[in-house]
Amino acid sequence: MQKKLILDSHLLDITLNRLCHQILENHTSFENTVVIGMQPRGIFLANLIHKKLELITGKKIPFGHLDTTFHRDDFRRREIPAKLSETKIDFIIEGKNVLLIDDVLYTGRTVRAALDAMISFGRPAKVELLVLVDRKYTRDLPIYADYVGKYVHTLDTQRVLVELEAQGHKQNKIWLINNEKQ
Amino acid sequence: MSKLSQRHLLGIKNITREDIELIFETADNFKQVINRPIKKVPSLRDVTIANVFFENSTRTRLSFELAQKRLSADVINFSASNSSVKKGETLLDTVNNILAMKVDMIVMRHASAGAPHYLAKHIKANIINAGDGTHEHPTQALLDAFSIREKLGNLEGKKIAIIGDILHSRVALSNIFALKKLGAQVMVCGPPTLLPKFITSLGVIVELDVKKALEWCEVANVLRIQLERQQIKYFPSLREYSIYYGINKKMLAGLKKEIVLMHPGPINRGVELSSDAADSTHSVILDQVENGVAIRMAVLYLLAGATN
Repeated sequence: MQKKLILDSHLLDITLNRLCHQILENHTSFENTVVIGMQPRGIFLANLIHKKLELITGKKIPFGHLDTTFHRDDFRRREIPAKLSETKIDFIIEGKNVLLIDDVLYTGRTVRAALDAMISFGRPAKVELLVLVDRKYTRDLPIYADYVGKYVHTLDTQRVLVELEAQGHKQNKIWLINNEKQ
Repeated sequence: MSKLSQRHLLGIKNITREDIELIFETADNFKQVINRPIKKVPSLRDVTIANVFFENSTRTRLSFELAQKRLSADVINFSASNSSVKKGETLLDTVNNILAMKVDMIVMRHASAGAPHYLAKHIKANIINAGDGTHEHPTQALLDAFSIREKLGNLEGKKIAIIGDILHSRVALSNIFALKKLGAQVMVCGPPTLLPKFITSLGVIVELDVKKALEWCEVANVLRIQLERQQIKYFPSLREYSIYYGINKKMLAGLKKEIVLMHPGPINRGVELSSDAADSTHSVILDQVENGVAIRMAVLYLLAGATN
């Protein structure tokens, strides 16, 4: 198994700052914006972005977690049902600008499920997608991210591993891993 | 681990503590779903489920049907009273005919103990036992234990008394299995004629005095006298049963502590439970009904999700 570092702690911080300022450009007033992290791994990144945005704007921005499991399209098609996580959205989505956050964008199927799951909470005015890593040319569905931390070209056999301090890792590191078949 | 150890839910006896905990965790998520403005998820949209009821039921059947609809499954309902069973068709033939219409899961209630176990040996579809005679009623026990967990945090070491007609109650047996597996202490209480002879072999405490049982327990699960299953007289009259074993608000108020009062329904008001007790703040009877939908959604979801 080979590992290649794509982003280290320092670079990640620069990237996150850039993403936050890009968001600011599009959401001058954050009056109507809410941030939603996708379970299970997107919530850690979403938390970082959310904190930074609140710091920069000095405003309180609603923040929630969304679990997409019940809306996945591979139910009954995989050996073991996907593990459930908590959905926690204590605000109204109806009419809001939603910033949806996940760590890695791969086939786009999870994002499709998230869009579906979100509609159960109301009709948002607008939905934008932010991902830390966009694996280019791997999409199964016509889904595109509005804000991207880093584009990487990957093969099916490769995997992107996001290690964040909030998940219990020593340092923030993003890896590209080769799972070559033996 | 996010998969049950079994393909069917035939009884609590057959499943593990890990299975029960997985069902509870899943039900937590579904309880959240059914309290949203849009109470439906699309998970089971390509699954067809037949509810086959050879015995009467209100709560269980409605609860299963609602759970199935909330999961977007296709549902067909069958009750024996207006079917070909009356014309002499066997159980296996009836079910095989339903399965020939491409049904994936069967929820069955039957008056004979072991009917779903027999079926599980002969058919491919997943089977959920919704009550078999005086044997087991697994989803009721799961929702009872889930309601206790919700009220008390967990079941480890908790004192639960099951009071009433233990002999004819499938709810009692399934509850004993579930509560013991989750580490609770279980007491059964009722007239000696309505306690099975070998009940102590299940590791439960036996108490004949209902007042002592109430003083001992943190949760009292009160059961109905099942007159429809009683071929002989087990006690002189319902009035006498009510005098000796009926629970009223005065008894609850006289206790040194707050206890949780449960009942699987249907309640015979004025027999095992007086109206003032059933409607008191002690009672979680309607919470049990709400939790029933979440628990059944969890069981259906987990069984349907594991590919064969």
